Amino acid sequence: MTIDWQPLWLTFRLAALTTFLLLLIGIPLAYWIAYTRSRFKPLYETLVSMPLVLPPSVLGFYLLLAFSPQHAFGAWLQQWFQVQLAFSFSGLVVASILFSLPFMVQPLQAGFQHLPVSLIEASRTLGKSDLVTLLRILLPNMKGALLSATVLTFAHTVGEFGVVLMIGGNIPGVTRVASIAIYDQVESLQYATAHVYAGVLLVLSFTVLLAVYCMNRRWQQRP
Amino acid sequence: MIEIQLVRRLAHPDGTLHLQLDAQIAKQSFVAIFGPSGAGKTSILRMLAGLDRPDSGRIVVDGVVWLDTTRGINLPPQQRSIGFVFQDYALFPNLSIRANVGYAAARGDGPWIDELLKLMQLSDLQDRRPGHLSGGQKQRVALARAVARRPVLLLLDEPLSALDNALRAQLQDDLALLHQRLGLTTLMVSHDVGEVFRLADTVWRLRAGRIAETGPPASVFLQERLAGRLALQAQVLRLQREEVVTIVSLLIGQEFVDIIATDDEVAGLCVGDRVALSAKSFGALRPVSPAAD
Repeated sequence: MTIDWQPLWLTFRLAALTTFLLLLIGIPLAYWIAYTRSRFKPLYETLVSMPLVLPPSVLGFYLLLAFSPQHAFGAWLQQWFQVQLAFSFSGLVVASILFSLPFMVQPLQAGFQHLPVSLIEASRTLGKSDLVTLLRILLPNMKGALLSATVLTFAHTVGEFGVVLMIGGNIPGVTRVASIAIYDQVESLQYATAHVYAGVLLVLSFTVLLAVYCMNRRWQQRP
Repeated sequence: MIEIQLVRRLAHPDGTLHLQLDAQIAKQSFVAIFGPSGAGKTSILRMLAGLDRPDSGRIVVDGVVWLDTTRGINLPPQQRSIGFVFQDYALFPNLSIRANVGYAAARGDGPWIDELLKLMQLSDLQDRRPGHLSGGQKQRVALARAVARRPVLLLLDEPLSALDNALRAQLQDDLALLHQRLGLTTLMVSHDVGEVFRLADTVWRLRAGRIAETGPPASVFLQERLAGRLALQAQVLRLQREEVVTIVSLLIGQEFVDIIATDDEVAGLCVGDRVALSAKSFGALRPVSPAAD
């Protein structure tokens, strides 16, 4: 039995890249939602949380339409950037970012809201800009939230199936991630290979979560 | 010289409070804002710091306009030369004591931070995190941090309310020292008369959102007592009927006292009622010797 490791490697790459990009997007977004006084705040919160309740196939379906060169957005991307998102790795990354958005933003938003407002006010009265306050005071004091958000996003991206299948299909080396490879193997009755993929994902997920809870406990014990 | 005119409507459990302040503070003076809770004391400090926005007003500090609502000027806290000590200290948990104090200081201010740490007796603790400090130590860190940027105006929001009496006295000395040493103009919210007497040269007594009385502590607080009578607030703990009189047990502050009252005096009085115990203040003083206990 020869095992094709590519789906696992692809899954890892997709999850790592998605998590990294989502950290860059999620921190400012969560900060803004946590502190905004706009009366549309519930609307923004709803939009961010939509992927939690929406069936992945629904999100995938709309993204597939949007990415398709036959539609305005897809055509525009193709024309100006020569990028085709449907059935490509970049498309998977964009879809994963949207799909995992709440898993990044919600823990971070809770983390920001959990910090005493007086920390921000103290930093302001000490002459520091909001950006310096964010980097030197807020983020270092919400390591737990940062860690949860990162791990949840990573794990959730690893576990993606419906969205990936809808917009990525099953192209080896490009869009065939582990969860799809398992489905594929089972369908062609290759249970042994499916076992390997499933086993690796199971052990990996367990180890990562265990490590996170251990670290969180250590941080909580330190005053 | 600091000129302050502030108008703000505050939501209050008993309806809205119209805060209306018009005052001047001389340079290097120590002003105490005194008044019942909900009188808008903290709100005044926050508006001076730029953390809250008044409905209308004007703040000019040494000729620099910090706020002028008619001209649309409202400097953010970062651009106001202030030090603010929060009620909950608001120390940064992720930074060491030294980094907390040095957070606002400019580069190359190391010797100044050393001096501040020494002045506040924090030199031995400088590598620790705030989580490992006692209340009094945290308070000293908060004070040192607030003055590290050498502000013109130091704003203190009930800085010592969470501390016990012995510690309070020590920190009051520290505060007085900093105030004089750095030539600060200080505004302190307090509802401890003793503290106000010890530190402040001017008191603003707030009532219903306005300065009802202002002046040196002695003239503001002692006025009503000069008539030669002392009125103590007391709570009735027990009423005990004896032959022709009633013995009333009272709680005054933390002290208990029994007094003898006539039927007229106790008519309608119940346990738990608040009463005023009136005494002549002439000849009422007795020295307390420590051995007497």
